[in-house]
Amino acid sequence: MNGSTIIFYLLAALTLVSGLLAVTSRQIFRSAIYLLFSLIGIAGLYFWLQYEFIAAVQIVVYVGGIVVLIIFSIFLTQQSGEKLPQQKLGRQLFAALAAFCGLALIIVQLFQYQFIGTSQTAVEPTVVNIGNQMLGTDVGGYALPFEVVSILLLAALVGCIVIALRIKPETN
Amino acid sequence: MEPGLNHILFISAALFFIGVYGFFTRRNLITILMSVELILNSVNLNFIAFNKYLWPHKLDGLFFTIFIIAIAAAEAAVAIAIIINLYRSHQSIDVESTEELKY
Repeated sequence: MNGSTIIFYLLAALTLVSGLLAVTSRQIFRSAIYLLFSLIGIAGLYFWLQYEFIAAVQIVVYVGGIVVLIIFSIFLTQQSGEKLPQQKLGRQLFAALAAFCGLALIIVQLFQYQFIGTSQTAVEPTVVNIGNQMLGTDVGGYALPFEVVSILLLAALVGCIVIALRIKPETN
Repeated sequence: MEPGLNHILFISAALFFIGVYGFFTRRNLITILMSVELILNSVNLNFIAFNKYLWPHKLDGLFFTIFIIAIAAAEAAVAIAIIINLYRSHQSIDVESTEELKY
């Protein structure tokens, strides 16, 4: 039990416990804050796996972007301090049962299956390697998906503006 | 026990089904969106773990994660625009109030 192992279990506990609280808390603002901690825990797991670039992207996009967006939309649409209505017990029970059965199925599969990795030399996930492959046009390059995602982001930008545009009442 | 691939896959499976539970039980559109974010994050964690432990000579899992993060950001922005627009017209963001999609 060395330091790395202890950090891993702490990060796992942070992620799972705050994720569970995020979906069960009845105050929506607290739920958003628990989601924030869960996402930070996942970023910590990326750091633990030594994928620093992905961890940084996770913090910038999720913690800095999406959670802030969610909190703003809670402020815009929810009376603050008001609790969410209690769900029916049967619905909660069946949802928990379905989730638990799925989880049990996956875990049984996990313990039965033996993963076989390659023994080739590892590529370091540095920013230089990532950038070279992402903008590469030869085999294994990701230039085309990169451009497609750029167009998707542009479309989402325009779509958000169009959807959220306030339609002025027509003056006759 | 030294944590390895199976531990991370267990975490991501648990996180996925936490998200599924939230998706089933919640009735508020913003909390449903939060559950979807948890599900997408568990998928990202899976991709990174497979890339790290099984195919370390490639970076494909990492690229899938980057693209999923970008698409999730776009999805969240559009979803929140729709939710705010819905709140303006219905004064409520429960899924029961979204039965009609037209004005």
